[in-house]
This record gives sequence, C-alpha cells and structure tokens, in this order.
Amino acid sequence: MPGDSIIELCGVTKIYSLPAGDVVALDRVSLTIENGEFVAIMGPSGSGKTTLLNQLGCLDRPTSGDLFINGRNTREMNDRELTSLRLNTIGYIFQRFNLIPLLSAYENVEFPYLMKHRRPDSSGRVGELLAQVGIDRAMATHKPPELSGGQQQRVAIARALVNYPHILLCDEPTGNLDSVTGQQIMEMLTDLNRKGRTIVIVTHDPGVARYAQRIVTVRDGRVA
Amino acid sequence: MKDIILQLALRSIRIHFLRSVLAALGIVIGVVAISSMGMMGANMTLSVTEELSKMANIVVITAASGSERGPGGFGGGSDEKISEEDFQDIQKIAEKYGLVYVVYRESDRIKVGDREGRSTIYGLDEDVMRRIFTLSDGAFPKSTSSVIVGPTLAGRYDLKVGSRIRIGDEDKGATTTVKVVGILEERGMSNDINSDMAIIGSEKLFTGIYGNEGEYNQVNLILNDINDSQKARTEILEKMNRKKTRVNVQDSSRMLESITSTLGTMTTFVMAIAGISLLVAATSIFNVMMMSVTERVREIGIMRSIGAQKSEIRRMFLYESVVLGLVGAGIGAVLALGIGWVVVLAMVGSTDYFFLPESLVYIPFAMLVGIAVCILSGVYPAWRAADLDPVEALRAE
Repeated sequence: MPGDSIIELCGVTKIYSLPAGDVVALDRVSLTIENGEFVAIMGPSGSGKTTLLNQLGCLDRPTSGDLFINGRNTREMNDRELTSLRLNTIGYIFQRFNLIPLLSAYENVEFPYLMKHRRPDSSGRVGELLAQVGIDRAMATHKPPELSGGQQQRVAIARALVNYPHILLCDEPTGNLDSVTGQQIMEMLTDLNRKGRTIVIVTHDPGVARYAQRIVTVRDGRVA
Repeated sequence: MKDIILQLALRSIRIHFLRSVLAALGIVIGVVAISSMGMMGANMTLSVTEELSKMANIVVITAASGSERGPGGFGGGSDEKISEEDFQDIQKIAEKYGLVYVVYRESDRIKVGDREGRSTIYGLDEDVMRRIFTLSDGAFPKSTSSVIVGPTLAGRYDLKVGSRIRIGDEDKGATTTVKVVGILEERGMSNDINSDMAIIGSEKLFTGIYGNEGEYNQVNLILNDINDSQKARTEILEKMNRKKTRVNVQDSSRMLESITSTLGTMTTFVMAIAGISLLVAATSIFNVMMMSVTERVREIGIMRSIGAQKSEIRRMFLYESVVLGLVGAGIGAVLALGIGWVVVLAMVGSTDYFFLPESLVYIPFAMLVGIAVCILSGVYPAWRAADLDPVEALRAE
C-alpha cells in the first residue's frame, strides 16, 4: 500500500438493484487520494459523483471492490466501526447543509462532539469553531430554519470540523449559495486544506473545481 | 449530563404536541380503566371478606341426601331432614365447641292486609333467638302466636310491632295468623339463617303449622373460638359419617375461599377487558411513532452520516414512546384515583378499603402495563428508523 495515501479505492463497483433492472452507478473505480490533497470530483449529473463520495464517506458499501481509509479495509468493518469512522475521521459537508432542524446552530456543531465524547464540550471548541466560521453567539442559539443558506453552510462546516477529522468530504458545498457566499466558503475550505486536511469536493462548477489541486472526472460511473 | 438524544425526542414531541397528546390519551384511558377495574375488584373482595368473616364462627350441618350431592347452597338447599337422633349425636360431638341449635325452616305464602307474597318461616328455640338476634324494636316472642320479623320484610310490608301476618295458603284452607312482637336488626347475608327477609317464631309455632316435629332442616353450631372451624368440621364429619354419610358440614371459610376466588377471576376478567383499551392505545402510539419516523427520515440520515450509531437512533425513538407512556401513565394514575373512587363507590357502595395497599396497588400496576405497552409499540418504529440506509435517508425530502 502506498505510504501516504489516506483514501484508496480498488476496483470499486456499486450496483443499485431497481425494479427496472440493475443500475451500475460505479464501475470498477480505482482511485488513490494522498494525505493533504485537495481533490475535485467533476462530471455531468448522474455520472456517479455523489455515489463515489458516499463510498469515500463510508455511507454506503461497495457491491464489489475494496476501499481503504487510513490503510484499513472498510469491507472488514461492521456498521458500528464504519459509523465511528465517520464520526472520528470524516467530516461531511452537504449541498443542502443538512443541519438537524430541532437543534440550535450551537447544538448542531456540538452533536458529533457529544456522540464522540459522551459529555458536553467544556473546552470551548464548539464556540471557537463557530466564531471561526463567522457565527456569533447570538446567532448560534438560532435553529437552522432561522439562518440564511450561507450561515447554515458555515454551521455545517463547523460541525464537520468539530472532531478534528482527517478528511473533509464536500458534496456541492456551494450549490445552494450565491456566488459571493460560495466564494467565501471555498476560501474557508482552501484554508483548511492549507492547514493539512484532505479535502474531496464534488462539483460540476469549474469555478469551484479550480480551487482543487487535482480534478478527477467521472463519466458513466467510471473515472476518466 | 446533557443528553442530546433525549432533547431531540422531547423537542419532537413538543412540535407535534397535539398528536402526542392524543396518543398519550389512549394510555391515560387504558391506565384509568385497568386500575379502576382492579380497584373495584379489590374493594369488592375486601368488603365481602370482611362481611363474611363476621360470620366465620358459624358451622352449618345439613343432612346428607341419599344421592351423592355436593355441599348445599347457603342455608342448605337440601330437602333431607336431620332427625332428632342425629341431632343428639351432633350435639354430643359439637357442644364442646360452642352453642348447638336446631333450625326449622319452610318457605310459605304470607298475607299482610291485602298484600300477598312469600317469605321464609323459621322455627327456633326461644333462648337461641335471644342469643343470636338483636332487636331494633319490640320484644322476643313469648307465645306460639307471636313472631319477630326481619327488617327487609318489615320495610316491604310496612310491618310494625302489633301488625298481623297470615301464614299459609288460603286455597288450601290451612292458614295461621301471627302477631309481630319484634323487629330484628339488619344482619346481612349469612349461611346459617337469613333473617332479614324472614319470619321467626318459636319451634312450637312452627311445628304447629307444619308438623314434622323432630325433623330439622339444619343444625347450626356457633363456635366459641373461630379458629376451631376446621377442627369442628372435621370431627363432626368423621364421627357422624363413619358408617354412612349422614351429614354435610359447611363452614364459612370454604365459602369465603370460593367467593374470593370467584371475585378474583371476575376482577382479572374485567381488567382484561379494560386492557383492550390499552391495545387501542398501543395502535395509536405505534401509528404516531411510525409517522414520526417517516417525517424524520432525512434527519435520521443526517445523524447517521455525521456519526450517530444505530443504537442512538433507536434510543431517540424509544425515548419518545417512553415519554408518551410516562406522561400518559402519570396523568392516568392521577385520574384513576378520582375515577376509581367513583367506580368503587358506585359498584361496591363503600370506599372504606379504597386507600388500602391491596386496592391502590392497581394504580402502579396499570401504569407499568401502560408504559410497557408504549415501549413495545415504540420498538418496531425505532428499529425501522435505526435500520434505514443512510444514503437513502439523506435523499428523502
């Protein structure tokens, strides 16, 4: 196994069984992402970008092939281990922010912290992260529906970072934001990458992809 | 510690307040129904037990009928009579335990003024009368034409001291007119003599009307010590029935046992019927929980994707159903105190025993059943929620 690869896919195939027949979403994809890389996954709609990201995020299991995260084969992990991998090693940022509507901004960021440590954050980490992404204390008490899209995505970034993940996976993180806000978010991600985080971003926006060091193009479930 | 999973469950209930209240209402009704029925049964049993233990000192001996026959009903239903000889034998055996006396009994037509009806006529020794009865008015009979009457009979026919009753069937010719000289105090149901609806006269009065002198309907033994009940019964049966079965003996402990067990069965039965309401409640909790899961599929997907374990998702929904159960059972328990009181008052007629542990225990019991029902109804939805595929769940609208 290569020394510094943090993510390695070996011949990963994902087939969805639908009533109309099987759909091959990923077809023997092999891909290696080095520690600290900033990779953009591009491709037209339906090409399998999100399916690929879900594989990297261990949200989904491959139909065949192997996925190594930090050198460990995820095929050998049970649901509990995969979940704790998501909790500790991977931060997920979604196009639709995906904050929990019943929790305040602060609690949303605190949620993964509580899942990991089983006690409230007393180190001030949550407040610090919120401040870093530009959410002040007053705003942090608001529930997600009371925040703007940009604010929600900032909260989501803070949430993704709270457990010091090595990998940040972003699915169209600027897709629901105006261009100015989108740019701010991208600069934030670039900054995080500069501080050593591996970032994988799915986008069909070349303007977003240009922040990445490497562009992987997916077409019909294959890496071109 | 701040349990964010519990917080989520509570907030979910709060935003669907009406729906949650309606679901919990089912539990409230179930808990109230089960505990009131249970308390009613318990109060009935306690009340009957106390009523019956008042006459626990009475042993009734009746003649065994020729054919094999179980112990007769209360007061003996057998037509067989106990002969003077048998009575003498019984007395020899039983007099060390207490007072032994004979009872003549007949049911006959009576007429007071122009009102006709039926009544039981007892013939008793005058000394015995004085020992076992208390009068509320008048005096004990001194002649063969005077009687005392039970309070229920007196009430029904407006009988007072001095009233006259004609006993016997006019069409058959033989009638006797007696004078009421005393009214008995209420004595309640008993297995020796049911005096409340009866006319009681001397043995001479009775044999004067019906003949059959020396053939008694039953022999009663009033124990000096209640604890001798079993011993006396065994001894009488053993000695009297050595050669052939001559007598049956009833002591009230067996009757008490059978009544208590019947009441117990009845209580269980009505509680089971009340339990059906909990079944309905279970369906509604289940429905609400399934709705909650469906509405929150996306939230479940989010939680799973950022690292919440299946167990945490399960816990969130179980908390929700447990909270519904606890609130429902809590409100139910408070209402059950009030409604149970009314039910007991209406059905048993007395709330003397309401606050005894034997009665109140049905409230925590019903609460536990209610909460258990809630948890059970929440298990499948919680399991469904935890088992959702995170990717699918995230895609939900």
